[in-house]
Formats: sequence, structure tokens, C-alpha cells
Amino acid sequence: MFQILNEKGEIVNEDAMPDLSDEDLKEIMKRMVYTRILDQRSIALNRQGRLGFYAPTAGQEASQLGSQFALEKADFILPGYRDVPQLIWHGLPLTKAFLFSRGHFQGNQMPEGVNAVSPQIIIGAQITQAAGVGLGFKKRKEDAIAITYTGDGGASQGDFYEGLNFAGAFGAQTVFVVQNNRFAISVPVEKQSAAQTIAQKAVAAGIEGIQVDGMDVLAVYAATKEARKRAVDGEGPTLIETLTYRYGPHTMAGDDPTRYRTEDMDSDWEKKDPIVRFRTFLESKDLWSEEEENEVIEQAKADVKAAIKEADNTPKQKVTDLMENMYEELPSNLQEQYEEYKEKESK
Amino acid sequence: MAQMTMIQAITDAMRTELKNDENVLVFGEDVGQNGGVFRATEGLQDEFGEERVFDTPLAESGIGGISIGLALTGFRPVPEIQFFGFVYETMDAISGQMARYRYRSGNTQSMPITVRSPFGGGVHTPELHADSLEGLMAQQPGLKVVIPSNPYDAKGLLIQSIRDNDPVIFLEHMKLYRSFREEVPEEEYTIELGKAEVKKEGTDVTLIAYGAMVHSCLKAAEELENDGVSAEVIDLRTVAPVDYETILKSVEKTNRAVVVQEAQKQAGIASNVVSEIQEKAILHLEAPVLRVSAPDTVYAFTQAEEVWLPNHNDIVEKVNKVMNF
Repeated sequence: MFQILNEKGEIVNEDAMPDLSDEDLKEIMKRMVYTRILDQRSIALNRQGRLGFYAPTAGQEASQLGSQFALEKADFILPGYRDVPQLIWHGLPLTKAFLFSRGHFQGNQMPEGVNAVSPQIIIGAQITQAAGVGLGFKKRKEDAIAITYTGDGGASQGDFYEGLNFAGAFGAQTVFVVQNNRFAISVPVEKQSAAQTIAQKAVAAGIEGIQVDGMDVLAVYAATKEARKRAVDGEGPTLIETLTYRYGPHTMAGDDPTRYRTEDMDSDWEKKDPIVRFRTFLESKDLWSEEEENEVIEQAKADVKAAIKEADNTPKQKVTDLMENMYEELPSNLQEQYEEYKEKESK
Repeated sequence: MAQMTMIQAITDAMRTELKNDENVLVFGEDVGQNGGVFRATEGLQDEFGEERVFDTPLAESGIGGISIGLALTGFRPVPEIQFFGFVYETMDAISGQMARYRYRSGNTQSMPITVRSPFGGGVHTPELHADSLEGLMAQQPGLKVVIPSNPYDAKGLLIQSIRDNDPVIFLEHMKLYRSFREEVPEEEYTIELGKAEVKKEGTDVTLIAYGAMVHSCLKAAEELENDGVSAEVIDLRTVAPVDYETILKSVEKTNRAVVVQEAQKQAGIASNVVSEIQEKAILHLEAPVLRVSAPDTVYAFTQAEEVWLPNHNDIVEKVNKVMNF
């Protein structure tokens, strides 16, 4: 397992230390803290009925944000349903993330210049699509990659293998990230496969595979940066497995992790908290203070409050809106139904 | 003008669009140097290079997925599924994904993809090659489904399908690939999607068909003519959306209709046509609208195709029922 920062916040692999300025290091910390607060607030808002579908992210900050931090603006993200934080840091406004959660089409409208698609619900579909985006970048000779995320359960899908294999055969500029948080809802990773690692599944596609400490933001960043470089240099795709953990339930739709996880297991992984170890590291370099952290927390809370208010003020969806988004030009059946609903909506 | 088979007209359409638009990409299993298992892409890789016309690994879901990814980077993919019986492998990529992209992105991302695929019976193919699965596609909002019955339509409809900025499923009946030639203009032309064509005018009964069944209807109409029944034959050309305007106009004139498909009775799209006619023109009908279709079994074993597939005799029989109702 590739690791740079251990649980005590000590550098254990000096040679692999990525070239990050003090400002970069502080920015990474800021994003991790902000995202942890966003997760706490999202869970609370979901419980109040002010958000809909929500897949908790606490514990996965290093995995999600370390990899996103290694990207350029031109890079294209194909997220899974738990990967909203990467979209937010790639440029998706918070209000839209909340509208996605509630189920409003405006939440899925990527602003101009935000290279991404909305979170994929069909586990594995993003993998073959990412192979296609990476092939498209290669054909256009662009200095850009496609990056896609799935979980440990997702690595059992046919589309997971097909996506890796197509990307390998075509030399697509794609980076595949498997966030192995050890559970697919209630099913432990041992029941997904007899393979000792998920990273080794890269062998079946003939591509590079690396297993990374997914609670170590520096290791995740370094591995993604390297994979990105290899991809744009024409050296092919990479599979990155991040070993991580979700502290919360699978989703907020009634999953209860106490049915399948022990308290011991939870507390073992809490000791590995990516934010705790990175804070210790930054404090040892005099780059972080409690005051700075509190500022981030207050900022996050204020942003969430403003975004949820903006989401509340978004006009309700009409059936005619949904129809207008189906095709460039309405086909005859929809033309007829459009008139019917236009009439209904005018009453 | 040139005499072309339907397969030549299809190749010609792809050549036209590869030339017209540098974003057009043609790919699939064996479509490159081999020129496709039916020669549909013959010569295209030599002419346009491997960057534009290329083979893929043998995995239909992957083909669907890369089509979507290529569309997200501004390309206009024309993937091929070797036989449409293999669509089950890529149902998610087609129905779960590309059909929904424009909608799910709130009209900010589109999928200008044309999935070409052969299907259809009467040529003794092995299992799951000939199945008529257009009904599955026609049920998916976000797709258009096109089925040409002749070389002229095939070229004009395929060019139009490739230019369409939403996903089109373009189904090519294997029996029609080389069964006859007709005059096809060498220059480019398009045929609007969603528009049917009256192949033969008539006054007593409307026959509505698509694919190979159009020819069976024309043959049946000839026989019926001898018996003094004048049948109007409509070729749907697009089965989703269906051109109900042309159908209703005809039914209001003839007051009788039979819908003809090669698919099983529980499949295909005939039931949609019957429903629409009864909703919109019941007061014009002298008899119920009947259907000609295959029996509700799995597609026939090769040697049973002849007794299983609907043919012109089945059509004549149903027309007589409608006439004598």
C-alpha cells in the first residue's frame, strides 16, 4: 500500500512527497474540513426533510479531495453517486448539489466550463463512459484526462472490467479510482471477490494498478498526479484503489450500519481519520491553527445556509420543462402531450 | 444515380457523413479492416483512416459506453452492434444512459449517436441474430427508432439519423441487405425522421408495416387487387415516433386497417398503432383493427422460420377478415 503520511501525521515516504506549496497544503486542509462540515450539515438537512437522496462522505475526504486536487480544470469527472464533493471542488455550485439531492433538473446542469457529468446511479456505467471520454481526449490530442470513481462493490460489475479493458486497448487518457471503503451497503469486500486487492484487477486489463492509503491525502494526491501524467503522456490508463472508510451509513435512505459493522471496526478507522492526521502534519509545520479551522467551519455553515435558501427559491419543475429537455426538437407524440400539459399548467 | 443494394446505400451514407463531418466516428466489432460482417463499412477505414473507422474489443456494453464518452467530448459516434440480439448486453448504455443524457443534464449535454444494427429473419441465422427487438427500444423515452425497407430510404434516413443530435437506433433488416437494387442518388440527401411513406395508394383497407413486412404487404396488396380489394400500403420508416398523421389520414379514407409486423404479437410496435387509431379514429372504422405478427414464442429455430415468420398469405387472410367483418 502506497503511503506518505502515517496515522500520527509523520512523513514515512519522503521520496514520494509531492511538490505542493504551503498554500496548496493549507487549501487541501481547508477543503477537507469544509467537506466534513458539508457532510454533517447534509445529514442534518436530510433528517429535516430539506434534502433528498444523500450518500454520506465523512471518512473519504482524502480519497475524494486528494484525487480531485490533482486535476486540471480541463479534466473531466465522471462521478458515482457518493462523489458530489469532487464535483463541488471542480466548480459545481453548492446550490446545484442540493438540487441534485432533492431531484431537480437544474441540479444536473453543469455550468459552462465545469467538465463533468452529474453523479451516476448505475454502478459501473461511469466506467465505460470514462474510457470513452479518455479516448476522445486522446483523439483530440488534449492535455486532459477523464477521471471516474466507483466503490469496492462496483469493481464486481461487468462494466468495470469492460471500461478498464477498453481504456487499456485504446490507450485512453483515463484514471479509474476505486474507493474501497470495505462495504457495499452491508456486503463486506471479502464477499465481492477472492482477489487480495482491487488494484490487482488492473492486471486483467493490462494497465497500471496501484493501491493507496485512502486516508492519506498526500498519497492519494501523488498517485493521481502521477496517473494523470502517465495518461496525458500517452502511457495509458491507471487504476487507483484507495483504502478508505465511510463513517456514516451507505445512504440516508434507512441504512443502519450497526447491523453489519462493529464498534471496534468503526473506532479503528476513526483513528485513521484523514483530517486528524493531516492537521497534525500541518500543525507540525506551523501551517494550521484552531482559529483557521474555525473560520473554515463557519464559512462552510454559512455557505450551506445560503445555498439551501437559494435551492428553496428555485422555481418548481413543470412537466413541460421535462418535455423540453428530452430532445432537441419535440417529436410528434411529445408535441401533442406538450399542448395538453401547457393547458393544464395555465390553469 | 446508381443502382445500389440497401447495404451499398448504407455504406454510401456513412461515407457521405464521414466526409461531411470530421466528428463522425464509425466503430464496432470487425467494422475496420474487415469492412463489417456484412460489408456495410467496406473500404471506409482505407479511405478515412483508423482514427475515424476502427475495431473495438468484443463487448457491446463497452461499445455503448465509449459512444457516450466520445459524444461527451464532441464526437458524433456511429457504433455498430453486430446483431441486434446482442443489444441486451448494452441495454443500460442505450436505454439507461444515452437516451436520458439530454434530460438528466437539463438539456446541457446531448448524445448525437446513431447505433446501427442488423436484425430480421428469413436468412437462416443462428440463435439471437434475427430477433425483432425494436419494441424494447420504442418504449424508451429519449430514443428514435428507424427501420428502412429499401436502399433509397436507407441512405436518406441514415444520413439524417447521423445528423440528428439525439440518439437514433437504426435497424437494418438482413433479408433486405441484398435482396434487390434500386436507383439511389449519388449526391447527399436526407429523409425526415418520424415520417411515414404511402408506398401504394388504395381505397378499401390500410396496411401499416415496416422493415421486410413492407414488401410482404405490397405482395399481398397485389393479390388483393386481383380479388377487387384496393389496399393502401404505408411504410412507417420510423417506428418511434410513429407518423400517426399519415396513418389517420389513410384510415379516415379506407375505414379499415391491418398492422403488420415481423415481431411477436406481444412485442414490436403494432399495439401502439392500434391504440392510437382507436383513440383518434374509432368513428371512422367499419371493422376492428387487426394485427399480423409472429406467434408469442421465442424466435424460431432456423428450420422453422418458414412456418413461423408472418408472410403475405397471413396478410391476405387478415385483410379478408377485416373486409368481411
